[in-house]
Amino acid sequence: MAEKVLMKGNEAVAEAAIRAGCRLYFAYPITPQSELIEYMARMMPKAGGVFVQAESEIAAINMVYGASGCGRRAMTSSSSPGIALKQEGISYLAGANLPAVIVNVQRGGPGLGDIQPAQGDYFQATRGGGNGDYYTMALAPSTVQEFADMASLAFDLADKYRNPVVILADGLLGQMMEPVEFLPAKTEAELKELDNQHLDWCCCPNEDEPNHHHHEINSLEIDPVVLEQHVLRLGEKYDKITANEQRWEDYNINADNEILVVAFGTASRICKSAIDELNDAGHNIGLVRPITVWPYPYDAVYKAVGDKVKKVIVFELNLGQMVQDVKIAVNGKVPVDFMGKVGGILFSTDEVKAKIAENLEEAK
Amino acid sequence: MKTEMICAGFGGQGALTIGKFLVKAGMNEGKNVSWLPSYGPEMRGGTANVSTVISDKPVGSPVVAHPDIVIALNQPSIDKFAPMLKAGGLLIYNEDMCPKGTDRTDIKVVSAPMTTIAKEIGNLKVMNMVAIGMVMGNTELVKKETMLNSIAPLQKKAPELYDMNLEAIDKGYELGKK
Repeated sequence: MAEKVLMKGNEAVAEAAIRAGCRLYFAYPITPQSELIEYMARMMPKAGGVFVQAESEIAAINMVYGASGCGRRAMTSSSSPGIALKQEGISYLAGANLPAVIVNVQRGGPGLGDIQPAQGDYFQATRGGGNGDYYTMALAPSTVQEFADMASLAFDLADKYRNPVVILADGLLGQMMEPVEFLPAKTEAELKELDNQHLDWCCCPNEDEPNHHHHEINSLEIDPVVLEQHVLRLGEKYDKITANEQRWEDYNINADNEILVVAFGTASRICKSAIDELNDAGHNIGLVRPITVWPYPYDAVYKAVGDKVKKVIVFELNLGQMVQDVKIAVNGKVPVDFMGKVGGILFSTDEVKAKIAENLEEAK
Repeated sequence: MKTEMICAGFGGQGALTIGKFLVKAGMNEGKNVSWLPSYGPEMRGGTANVSTVISDKPVGSPVVAHPDIVIALNQPSIDKFAPMLKAGGLLIYNEDMCPKGTDRTDIKVVSAPMTTIAKEIGNLKVMNMVAIGMVMGNTELVKKETMLNSIAPLQKKAPELYDMNLEAIDKGYELGKK
């Protein structure tokens, strides 16, 4: 067992990314994400990698495009307004079938908003975010440990599907410290192997290949017949991801649940505390926590709506963006209710308890 | 067993560090811990504060609304966080910078002139170690032995302060027992 260290989420995900083989990182500072870029500035050169503080968020994502096109594990990070700026580049990455990892340490929006934790970028992360028919996988951590673990997972998924992957965290997870255990760092041989798996498409010359195959990295296809085939192939990829990569956590899900709660990330932690207190007092509340918010675990949410569940309540730090997905999942079986906080304000455990308790009363 | 705590003071007084060392010692005892700082505009000129949880079970909400312990290094911190303390909770405060203290009578109050003690030891910077000592002397949050192990790396990092840190912890520990 590796030793546990106490670290901020921002630093933990940076360390984990380096260990996972990221050797190219480009970003522009923004609160509440800045410890991530600071950590990379300090540690990436020591790992023999490249760190560039770009002139803007847009420059950074396009540097990722170039680095990824050369077949290397590349990453950028930012917070909400900065991620909005990156959407053009993310769409290009998706169009060009390029793997990349993008960390979003969300803060209050819209616009410049504030610097406190929020979950207002749910639509942006789960519905593409830029132009055209595409999806990015979106992983939503709820602890610093999970945030760190997702760096490695995100790179593996990005490589597996040649698709950008977003880690959708928030200011609370970025700023807080919790104990973390890291996976061992990839060895030189493992890094070489990672690079080699990109050789059949990337722009890096492959010395072993007889004719140094010409590879093209591009998201422009002016012939509609050709573009049609390209987008249909992207669609097949998204179907495959949807079939294979749904992840979620069931928390106290059982046949006697009276109410089902659905929440992700930071909001789910507050819900867990509230649910523990209610269940200790003799109630039976369950929680489904989507870990991938795209692809969304629709079946898991549907299956968790047991026969005794009177209502599903969604808790989010936004105006109810995930409610749409929960309603698709629940498919009219029971009513879906919602409680949210916006502007970087968190709900308290007491407020979540009160909301659930109010529904327990109604259900009687 | 779950203990929720808020440490607060002016920026630079070391409130966040108090939380960090207690949480680190808790982690080294195998507990689940979280450390959540305020990072908003209120840090400028107002109070810097950190919410910590040390628990046998995995930490759910890291946000602390009803702390078991409040450590206040200045009066604004008492004014803001003492009202949130659970009945029967513990308030530890710095007499030098909290002229009004607290009105609450349903909590346990332990206070000391932390600034003066730190100055007597020889450096204002060790004031937060006095507070850490007081917490350990008064509660079973973390063992003194674990804390001493947790701060051992400081011996290399700031050797000139190390002995003063130990003295501050010892002084605080004795004051906390009272």
